Amino acid sequence: MSLKTFSRGGVHPPEHKLSSGAAIEVLDLPEVVIIPVSQHLGAPAKVLVNRGDQVKVGQLIAQSVGFVSTNIHSSVSGKVLKVDKFPDSSGYRRMAVQIQVEGDQWEEFIDRSDDLVRNTVLTGEDIRKKILEAGIVGLGGATFPSHVKLMVPKGKKAEFLVVNGVECEPYLTADEALMTSKSEEVISGIQVLMKGLGVEKAILGIENNKPGAIEKMKKAAEGSHIVVQGLKVKYPQGGEKQLVQALLKREVPSGGLPIDVGVVVFNVGTAMAAYEAVMRNKPLVERVVTVTGKSLAKPSNFKVRIGTPVSYLVEKAGGLSDQVAKVINGGPMMGKALSSLDVPVVKGSSGILLIDTEEAKRKEVLPCIRCSKCLTVCPMGLEPYLLMTLAEKGLYERMENEKVMDCIECGSCSYTCPSSRPLLDYIRLGKAEVGKIMRARKAV
Amino acid sequence: MNKFIVSPSPHAYSSDSVPKLMYGVIISLLPALGVSVFYFGIGMIVVTSVSIASCILFEYLIQKYMMKVKPTHLDGSALLTGLLLAFCLPSNIPFWMVMIGALAAVGIGKMTFGGLGNNIFNPALVGRVFLFISFPVAMTAWPEAGQWMSYTDAITGATPLGLMKEGLVNKTVGEIMPEVPSFLNLFMGKMMGSAGEVSALALLIGMCYLIYRKIISWHIPLTILGTVFIFTGILWLANPDRFADPLFHLLTGGLMLGAIYMATDYVTSPMTPKGMIIYGIGIGIVTVLIRVFGAYPEGVQFAILIFNGFTPLINKFVKPKRFGKEVSRG
Amino acid sequence: MSQIILFTIITLVAIGATAAIILYFVAQKFKVFEDPRIDQVEEALPAANCGGCGFPGCHNFAETLVKTESWDDLFCPVGGNETMAKVASVLGREAIEQAPRVAVVRCNGGPEFRPRTNVYNGTPNCAVIHSLYTGEGGCPHGCLGEGDCVAACNFDAIHMDAVTELPVVIDDKCTACGACVEACPRDIIELRKKNKKDRKIFVSCINEEKGGVAKKHCSVACIGCAKCFKVCPHEAITMENNLAFIDSDKCKLCRKCVVVCPTNAILELNFPPRKPAKEEAVEAEIK
Repeated sequence: MSLKTFSRGGVHPPEHKLSSGAAIEVLDLPEVVIIPVSQHLGAPAKVLVNRGDQVKVGQLIAQSVGFVSTNIHSSVSGKVLKVDKFPDSSGYRRMAVQIQVEGDQWEEFIDRSDDLVRNTVLTGEDIRKKILEAGIVGLGGATFPSHVKLMVPKGKKAEFLVVNGVECEPYLTADEALMTSKSEEVISGIQVLMKGLGVEKAILGIENNKPGAIEKMKKAAEGSHIVVQGLKVKYPQGGEKQLVQALLKREVPSGGLPIDVGVVVFNVGTAMAAYEAVMRNKPLVERVVTVTGKSLAKPSNFKVRIGTPVSYLVEKAGGLSDQVAKVINGGPMMGKALSSLDVPVVKGSSGILLIDTEEAKRKEVLPCIRCSKCLTVCPMGLEPYLLMTLAEKGLYERMENEKVMDCIECGSCSYTCPSSRPLLDYIRLGKAEVGKIMRARKAV
Repeated sequence: MNKFIVSPSPHAYSSDSVPKLMYGVIISLLPALGVSVFYFGIGMIVVTSVSIASCILFEYLIQKYMMKVKPTHLDGSALLTGLLLAFCLPSNIPFWMVMIGALAAVGIGKMTFGGLGNNIFNPALVGRVFLFISFPVAMTAWPEAGQWMSYTDAITGATPLGLMKEGLVNKTVGEIMPEVPSFLNLFMGKMMGSAGEVSALALLIGMCYLIYRKIISWHIPLTILGTVFIFTGILWLANPDRFADPLFHLLTGGLMLGAIYMATDYVTSPMTPKGMIIYGIGIGIVTVLIRVFGAYPEGVQFAILIFNGFTPLINKFVKPKRFGKEVSRG
Repeated sequence: MSQIILFTIITLVAIGATAAIILYFVAQKFKVFEDPRIDQVEEALPAANCGGCGFPGCHNFAETLVKTESWDDLFCPVGGNETMAKVASVLGREAIEQAPRVAVVRCNGGPEFRPRTNVYNGTPNCAVIHSLYTGEGGCPHGCLGEGDCVAACNFDAIHMDAVTELPVVIDDKCTACGACVEACPRDIIELRKKNKKDRKIFVSCINEEKGGVAKKHCSVACIGCAKCFKVCPHEAITMENNLAFIDSDKCKLCRKCVVVCPTNAILELNFPPRKPAKEEAVEAEIK
């Protein structure tokens, strides 16, 4: 099959897949974990445990509140030390459950064997229920509750399940490691999601800088209704709108969702989590996290319990050297810079990136020379230079007309700008203000 | 433990920078520079060096003492303005005229609007037109090629376009053509003309380099040249005695220089490909109108300046194609 | 030659006269009638067009003043009571005197008290930093020091102090228009009652975290211990969400709260230095 890609915009930052090929290493348990009750989009879960309670791995410790929300489970066994506000990756304190790790006792209903389970007799409805119960959210980083995505709104029809194995961010290799080592489980997970969604066809997109993964997945998908499609390497191909356009040539409408063109998109990690939830009764308590950076002796892919401190991961990967100036939670294009390593790994943490001093600082900001490179690279067809000027002047109504809410915050514009202008900083500011205006309008 | 650096995403930056782009354009102008020094000798060297030095100096002085901002004279844009200005001047004009042109280009064309990125009109063209209107005699006498050691004392003549314009008063095109250089000479640059505009070959080589390095896109130059070709082609087919053929128009005057280097200036040209095409067609049409029906033999400088003025309007109404069509959510 | 000049003059005069006549009739036909009092009121206003009154410009405010019966919510903070009195006299009405106010920055977390735990390298804009993380200082309510407030001020009344990295209000220039209050993404700036000699007593902290947590970030944070609340003889202090608040309308500037605050979170500005004896007497009274 010839290689496809999305048609508008995009950049190609150096890939630096330093940890590519590193086998998934299961880390020893830390001493203490901190599990936030909001690791997903939607309402935070309601805490069910108290200080002093003993918990087991997989035990429900916080319950979903309302429709767009999900459950939180303990990822370790031990004693609840505190239910209080702890800092998250932004430094702001949010409600979390702090647990002292004692042993590794799992809930009995969880199947801990390694045998592949292929089929299930469960109905689509049962599957959705199990996915909610297991606290599955989008592991690509958006952390949208998966059971909500599986419910097709009235009036719309789902035709395809698109699976995102693209991993377009430089440095990150967690999805690649999963596809290479657990290809059969991932395929089974995709089939579970297909049943939960009620579709017959699925396409898995993988960028062709992962030939091993493409080969493994193609082999595992033989005989199924899952098509494995190689894609040309381009950022931000992993953005769901871009991926749907690349694979199916359908453009999600402005202000709409992929379901508007008959598609639902899930990350391969989510497919794996769905497999474990439905076939093994295992809630979401651990995930693969890439720990990488040029200064690390051994860039790795770790399988980590949710709530493990980032400091522990960095220590296990070789420790923090003096030349590291910036630590990023995620990839270099959309990840969040940490002010401290004392924050927990959460469901959406795909990687920890250590950046050296030479590459850490931004360059001096120069005036806009109207080179139009930002227009050329914007995958959504926006005009970042104009949006930045409008945000600086506070002209938020005009920003709404210029479709600022379509921005997916991929960062291609700021990445490309020869004058090093902080385009995305101002666009985000504009989006926040326009969001306020739109909500105020709806309230009237 | 080290204090971490925190900033919003993205945390990776491409290696593109303003100096890289400016110096890329300067490199692409080297073939044309070489050819003009070859044809126009020491005059060209003097004019070019004075122009570049003056542009950089004036930018520094104005920024430091009048605008009181950090001087950015070394970022490559003043150098480029100086080089392009020198390219559209006859190589025999005195150095003090060049300095006035540089002051007009940098001071009026760029700094009064607020410096880099804020100007509406192409600074080199502003300088050139300023000189053209202030010193019409000096600006319309071009030295013959090959006078390497002559500067202000060079023997001068008219450009092929000038010959055509004057000749058409009482002769047909067929009668004038033997007086102008052959097509090969026009292509190589062996003709009377402003320093950098003569050699179509050298300029086209430069254009290929710019497109390869992704500094400019093909839209503006090819649209301008295409429009001129088609428009003059239609006129020539209608009346070959009154109108010169399209190839003559493409190879003479400042069209190549204007289409490839002046009209493509980032700051003064539209942002979207569709806008660039509209801009290119406009420039092409106005250039031909001035050349054929207007009072001056060469119109490309005015055409570009006129459409520089239209660029903000084009940017306001021509938007890039948005992803996904509009969906009204009730 | 003279014929050309004559012809030119006649033509231009004719064009001018025709244009003048057309303009006159068009102006008459499309004339907008406006109550002449609006212009008179506008004359009395300071013409700052700052929006401090809540209306877009002085003309619009003048229009509202003329058309509205009740002036309860209408006040020009720039011109103050003097201006409102002038406006009242123009319209033959009564203006209610309001206590003048001034902007107060309620954070004292300079590097001396609130250590910086990381280095920020992004766009120097408080709104951007606030939406990204807690800031260089770690306190989620602390001043971010990039000057969104300074940029918003139309009266040159607020500046950043280079050493403390905190904004400083120049009381004489501040018109209490509220632009800086609006601009601050952390709501650190408050409009408080202006006292004579610009004296101020206020809690220079808005941190609502528990005392232990607040103190970890900043040594002059309010820890919600309520000692000030207990000592205030005028019931001017309220406690809410681990934070003390001094109502500037009720505060009588007695300074008893300043002395008892264990973290020096309550600031007294523009007071004469205390006599040592008096301080002891105050402390004894409290004990």
